[in-house]
Amino acid sequence: MANRRIDEPTGVETVGHEWDGIEELNNPLPRWWVITFWITVLFALGYIVVYPAIPLLGKGTEGLWGWSSRGQLAAEMTAAEAARKPVLDKIAATPLEQIAADQQLLAQARAGGAAAFKQNCALCHGSGGKGMVGYPNLADRDWLWGGSVTDIEFSITHGIRSPGAASTRTSLMPSFGKDGILQDGQIADTSAYVLSLSGKAPSDAVAQRGAAVFAANCAACHGADGKGLRQFGAPNLADQVWLYGGTKEQVAASIARVRAGVMPAWGSKLDPVTIKMLAIYVHSLGGGEQFAAAPAAAAPAPANGNGNAKP
Amino acid sequence: MVMEMRSPDTTSAAPVLYEKRKAVFPKAVDGRFRRFKWLVMALTLGVYYLMPWLRWDRGPYAPNQAVLVDLAHRRFYMFGIEIWPQEFYFVAGLLIMAGIGLFVITSAVGRAWCGYSCPQTVWTDLFQHVDRLVDGDRNAQQRLQDAPWGPAKIARRALKWTIYLVISFWTGGAWIMYFADAPTLTVDFWTGQAAPVAYATVAVLTATTFVFGGFMREQVCIYMCPWPRIQTAMLDEKSLIVTYKDWRGEPRGSVKKQEKNPGGVGDCIDCNQCVNVCPTGYDIRGGPDIACITCALCIDACDKVMGQLGRPRGLIDYATLEDCKAEREGGTPRPISKALFHTRTLVYVGAWSAIGFALLFALGARERIDISVQKDRNPPFTIEPDGAVRNDYTVKLLNMEGRPRPMRIALEGLPGGLMWTDDISQDKAAPVLDVTAAPDQVEPVRVYVIAPANAREQQIRFVLTATDKEGGGDTSETRFDAPEDTATGGSQ
Repeated sequence: MANRRIDEPTGVETVGHEWDGIEELNNPLPRWWVITFWITVLFALGYIVVYPAIPLLGKGTEGLWGWSSRGQLAAEMTAAEAARKPVLDKIAATPLEQIAADQQLLAQARAGGAAAFKQNCALCHGSGGKGMVGYPNLADRDWLWGGSVTDIEFSITHGIRSPGAASTRTSLMPSFGKDGILQDGQIADTSAYVLSLSGKAPSDAVAQRGAAVFAANCAACHGADGKGLRQFGAPNLADQVWLYGGTKEQVAASIARVRAGVMPAWGSKLDPVTIKMLAIYVHSLGGGEQFAAAPAAAAPAPANGNGNAKP
Repeated sequence: MVMEMRSPDTTSAAPVLYEKRKAVFPKAVDGRFRRFKWLVMALTLGVYYLMPWLRWDRGPYAPNQAVLVDLAHRRFYMFGIEIWPQEFYFVAGLLIMAGIGLFVITSAVGRAWCGYSCPQTVWTDLFQHVDRLVDGDRNAQQRLQDAPWGPAKIARRALKWTIYLVISFWTGGAWIMYFADAPTLTVDFWTGQAAPVAYATVAVLTATTFVFGGFMREQVCIYMCPWPRIQTAMLDEKSLIVTYKDWRGEPRGSVKKQEKNPGGVGDCIDCNQCVNVCPTGYDIRGGPDIACITCALCIDACDKVMGQLGRPRGLIDYATLEDCKAEREGGTPRPISKALFHTRTLVYVGAWSAIGFALLFALGARERIDISVQKDRNPPFTIEPDGAVRNDYTVKLLNMEGRPRPMRIALEGLPGGLMWTDDISQDKAAPVLDVTAAPDQVEPVRVYVIAPANAREQQIRFVLTATDKEGGGDTSETRFDAPEDTATGGSQ
């Protein structure tokens, strides 16, 4: 502070610093700047009092208003749930078969189902419901256990061959080869016959030999014409959809060793509204049959718990 | 052309960069330009305040307000024209026309926009009339300004500012009427039902009108507005500007001097009427300046004085610099029509009308229906039990007319292809779909397309045709996915 002096042209005192002949004047700070500065100081003090601010050993100060980022998230989630609640309540209150009557509700249920599908179902059935080998395609018109929206809801709720689920849909095809019911030659003949049903193999002498084997062993579940039976979840063998592959080797392998796909019973994992929405979404993928199963239709017996498909 | 900023007073020791406002109390004046200004003011304010209340019947599916910017539904209505967001280029074209229109005006008659129809000018003019109504003319206003604050002055000021506020509020209130149905919004506004943004907009526009029109006035033109600076670059020696003919007026001298010494002094008697009537307080005898908005009130004032003295009018007049030069050297000025229509003006008019005709043509030729198709990509296709290949599409039908229209969607390029929707069961699948497109909206329709088992991956087209008598149509190309070799069947 050595060289404080009055600057001649302005009449202002200098602060005594000098750099290469340039001196700093001790002008007062602008009034607006000082006021703004003190406002920010007051704001900071207020902030420290009402918001979490000072970190301590265990946890920080909580602030008078009790705000926390977790609390804010919880509040937002609660608000989102509250916003969804009227729609979910309406879906819960509407019988599944009647949801289609309300276009808006149907669209909402479909959207909710799409979200739940991606979380729970897409892992096996694919995000578009296309399925993969061993996991059925949900977008086509081929249904093992029925394609009305109530059938689908039942399948989701109780699962397919779900261990421990009381009303799960169940059937079991024998391992014709492994258990020694049929000889390898008979299995090959049967495969040829099965493929001839859908025109994938010629209806020759080999296939004719297989026809006899089929009639004796397979027709009970798959039907005399091979068109399947939904009561047992027995697939239609006369169409172009092959869950486990449609080459001769793949078909022979399916006859020789049991294929028994399992889907968990989602009734114990998801709430009924979500399952309803899932059923509507799956039904809407393009292959859904008439919205509710007509009473006369060949719907599976509701209590199909003991539907063992052994012939 | 020389246009100078008013330079700050540099004579005192410390340079002062701030010029305190000199109050302007323009005197009332009458004359042909003043009457023209009245006309422009009535026209512009009338259009601004009343336009939203004009009705225009568009049928049951569209609003019946003649001019409406419907932000919520993304539509812009202007009498018989309806603009959708994707057609915003029409609005852009109008804005470009407005811009070039300003060039035309500037090239032909100088800063006429500033002088007659700029909102800042119109509202300032309106507020100055309020001043005269409440406080009296120039001298009375000046006296009141200088008078100490007392009950009379407070009452006058309160009355005047209340009138300012009412006008400002009406101005802000009229603006929001362009964005919603005016009668409904008026009721909503006064019952507290209108959107918060409506109140905020009215508040902001009331404040800006009150401040800009009531208090800042000519300072907006001189210090804030970029347009005078741009115009400075656009004016040349062929542009009409308000000019004081100094070769005729100088040296100034009173009538007595003139009588004593005929021919020794000019026509200007230095009565200062031109300055007194100027809304920006500028002395035009100093030459062209950014402060002169060319409202021509000084011409009216000077013409009146010249008339009383029996001298020819036009000591201050609209003239081009070129003509001034000719006139000074003893020539005769060209007729005003020559000055109005010089080459540059005609080029601007050409560009302006070319854009206008292009817009009109585009407006007449625009398509009012549209189809766009989005293919589902997950799954790309589905094999049905009979081996048929199914693809799913989201088809968006756009109907821009304000009425439902029957339309037919046909499939091209897919032999044996059939379509159905969520509303039509698959048993009724057909090569064409007949649908009714809802009025004035985009309607998504989910369309399932199925082709026989031997279908291959290929490009297909959805062809939309309106089946009413107005007709029209559109095509959207997309692809149809199929397995590599459907003959042997997939694993699915």
